[in-house]
Amino acid sequence: MKQFISFVKKEFYHIARDKRTLFILLGMPIMQILIFGFALTNEVKNARVAIFDQSKDLATQALRSELDASRYFDITQDVHTYSEIEAAFKKGTIKLAVVFPENFANDLDHFNTAQVQLIADASDPNVANTLTNYATAIVLDYQDRITNNRRLPYTIKTEMRMLYNPQLKGAYSFVPGVMAMVLMLVCTLMTAITIVREKESGTMEIMLVSPMRPFKIVVAKAVPYLLLSVVNITSILLLSVFVLDVPINGSLLLLIFESILFTLTCLAFGLLISTRTDSQQTAMFIALTGMFLPTIMLSGFMFPIENMPLPLRILSNIVPAKWFYYIVKEVMIKGLGISAVWKETLILTGMLLFLLLLSIRNFKIRLA
Amino acid sequence: MASVTVNNITKHYGKKKELTQALRGVSFTVEQGELFGIIGPDGAGKTSLFRILTTLLLPDAGAASVDGLDVVKDFKAIRQRVGYMPGRFSLYQDLTIEENLEFFATIFNTSVSENYDLIKDIYSQIEPFKKRRAGKLSGGMKQKLALCCALIHKPSVLFLDEPTTGVDAVSRKEFWEMLRNLKKQGISILVSTPYMDEASMCDRVALIQNGSILSVDSPEGVIASFKQPLVAVKDRNMLPLLNHLQAFEGTQDVYPFGEYHHVVLKDGYSAAEVSTYLQHQHAQAEVQPVRADIEDCFIALMKSA
Amino acid sequence: MTTNNIAIQAVELTKRFGDFTAVDAISFEVKKGEIFGFLGANGAGKTTAMRMLCGLSIPSSGKAAVAGFDVYKQTEQIKRSIGYMSQKFSLYEDLTVKENIRFYAGIYGKSDAFIKEKTAFLLKELRLEAEASKLVRSLPLGWKQKLAFSVAIFHEPEIVFLDEPTGGVDPVTRREFWNMIYQAAESGITIFVTTHYMDEAEYCNRVSIMVDGRIDALDTPAALKRKFEARSMDEVFLKLARKAKRSGD
Repeated sequence: MKQFISFVKKEFYHIARDKRTLFILLGMPIMQILIFGFALTNEVKNARVAIFDQSKDLATQALRSELDASRYFDITQDVHTYSEIEAAFKKGTIKLAVVFPENFANDLDHFNTAQVQLIADASDPNVANTLTNYATAIVLDYQDRITNNRRLPYTIKTEMRMLYNPQLKGAYSFVPGVMAMVLMLVCTLMTAITIVREKESGTMEIMLVSPMRPFKIVVAKAVPYLLLSVVNITSILLLSVFVLDVPINGSLLLLIFESILFTLTCLAFGLLISTRTDSQQTAMFIALTGMFLPTIMLSGFMFPIENMPLPLRILSNIVPAKWFYYIVKEVMIKGLGISAVWKETLILTGMLLFLLLLSIRNFKIRLA
Repeated sequence: MASVTVNNITKHYGKKKELTQALRGVSFTVEQGELFGIIGPDGAGKTSLFRILTTLLLPDAGAASVDGLDVVKDFKAIRQRVGYMPGRFSLYQDLTIEENLEFFATIFNTSVSENYDLIKDIYSQIEPFKKRRAGKLSGGMKQKLALCCALIHKPSVLFLDEPTTGVDAVSRKEFWEMLRNLKKQGISILVSTPYMDEASMCDRVALIQNGSILSVDSPEGVIASFKQPLVAVKDRNMLPLLNHLQAFEGTQDVYPFGEYHHVVLKDGYSAAEVSTYLQHQHAQAEVQPVRADIEDCFIALMKSA
Repeated sequence: MTTNNIAIQAVELTKRFGDFTAVDAISFEVKKGEIFGFLGANGAGKTTAMRMLCGLSIPSSGKAAVAGFDVYKQTEQIKRSIGYMSQKFSLYEDLTVKENIRFYAGIYGKSDAFIKEKTAFLLKELRLEAEASKLVRSLPLGWKQKLAFSVAIFHEPEIVFLDEPTGGVDPVTRREFWNMIYQAAESGITIFVTTHYMDEAEYCNRVSIMVDGRIDALDTPAALKRKFEARSMDEVFLKLARKAKRSGD
């Protein structure tokens, strides 16, 4: 045990003395959360709106001026066909289109119900979501006001159409996404590099010729990075709750448990890389292409998996980050419990065991 | 009991096309408490041999034991009791002298104070700098620290792979003095080196070239086995002298040797005949019979192999 | 180009790093075609001095000319007139023998005809014809070093700098290597060489020994031995280097 503690201590020396890397490791999650947070969820102001008014009555006039008065919207054009809307979206001159069907006021008066259609460009899902939410709020506001004077409640149904990304995946997605990315980077990349560095410097040779068991060496190498990851998880969660107002709707304990499970999976992968490589460069290259890129591309964080071709959809299943990303979203954003994510948790556990087994089998107790 | 026995070890690397035969049937024994030198140029197989003996590599064929333990079967037990200093400086550059030493002590389940006696003489030379990081040390100091770390668990056998390579003559001398002192503590020491002149510091040496042992003997024994007459010749202009000596009928081999040329003579020839031969073109030439040194022996063995 | 017969001239050449004086006002001359041994303990300042002479490092003060070119202003001309070979970096292991020759010759802008003719000659001289298309990695160390030397003088430089060219090489190949050095010197190339083998110091025409950044001795091996009442260069070196106060790499 003393051996082990002494080894862990040594690892902390290495980390603490490489100030630049330490700064990157701890600063990166903060930077990323802030960049993603502010770049993607910045409030929308003066979004350009097109109106397709097929009714042209008092009610639509009223709604139109309500929209225009809001600081979120700017009505920039009136259109007369759906194809014009389409064209405007393609040219990028508008972010939102509001369509009033024929006989809007009439329907409202006689049937107490009418429809408004909101069409948004959802290729930027955050913006699309925000815009339709604001527009809906304005419509409901108007509805409330006119209802006050009448006996029967009026209902204006807003019908939303999200162009290009109908399910609106991606809202708040950056928090789980950044978490996956940061843990991946710290654990996979750093574990792989730190073990390979000992091979490069020749110290692994001495370690192997010592009574220190290889398995202990590896675990001792992983401990500091596990701790670093816990620090990172904490800072990411704190930032998202207190700075970005992304709430933790589910159980914090479950969230932390899942994060540690994912961290361990990443560590095991880093370990596997280190057993198969002899230079830091190769290790870094494999970690980046084997883990980091798939995490960004195939976890659903940047690009919705549903829209990918079948082979990529299948491939995405072997990316641990996909499952972690899903779990975090369900637990943190939707507030669901273990009953909703037990399958994904099991898959991650399976991956962890598989990677661990593979790397232990691959770990060489000799040089060649 | 022999400290190290090596019996017909072979080792190769690579596949068919780029196959390198690193060791071709190497055998020798090292006695308890012996300072044993493995002397040969780079690529002779020294490092492969050391790695096999320290259980880092598996031999293709043959057997070897360290402290009576088999290098393949009992590798765990061997790792408890040997000290190893690999060819390149292999300590943690970002840890201080003190931290490195303490770390290695705990890894080997001991403490610095427990075996301090063993390293005291060496460690005291670098102790004033104990807060300095290993990466900032001079070559000589690094080497002393590495030796301390390899000794801290009081190994029964010490393996030093080319400890003096790239180190200047002064530090080399000092290092060998340290080894002589260690030997007095009863530790068996195996040292490899490409410097022939270091052979004289060992109790016995194995001369190795191309994966084969040329000779195993005490330095005096190796030299005594050099039977041919040998003369050293010197003149003002050395290059033409070399060419003339090459043409001499009694010459078996001739090569530059420091400020002299060494001429290995065929049986029956002596310095006198060389002097007579050189009379005309090199009237000033200084010719004297000399005792061979290890390098002469190595050259002779290489050429006859 | 100089018309006199001095290949390297250094006057009070100095290099400081902060308050550390790595090379402390060294002065010496190397004649054309001379084999000049440049000795010193680790950390004595050899490497720094050599870098200045090769135009890789600007001196802090003093003067030096290499092949008649100023080390401050004419470093490009210097680099064209010298060859350089070190133990650590010499050839690309993952290129073949031929590719290495071709690459280095190409750097110095030699014509294709010249390269072709000289490559054939060189391969024959080194008895490497059968290995021409083999990767350098697969050659024994001694051959690599001989090849590296040939490549360093392929563009027919005026001066060649050799940094520990024979480290770890077997005694027979080491002598073959020195034979090549002699031949190069005969053809008029000036040789500037560092070594840890003291017997090789004897092969030099003149030897300088650096201690703590200064040149403490410079003469023919025979004269040095007389002066220091030593039997060998090894003893001379030890007597001088033991006085050294600083040590390092």
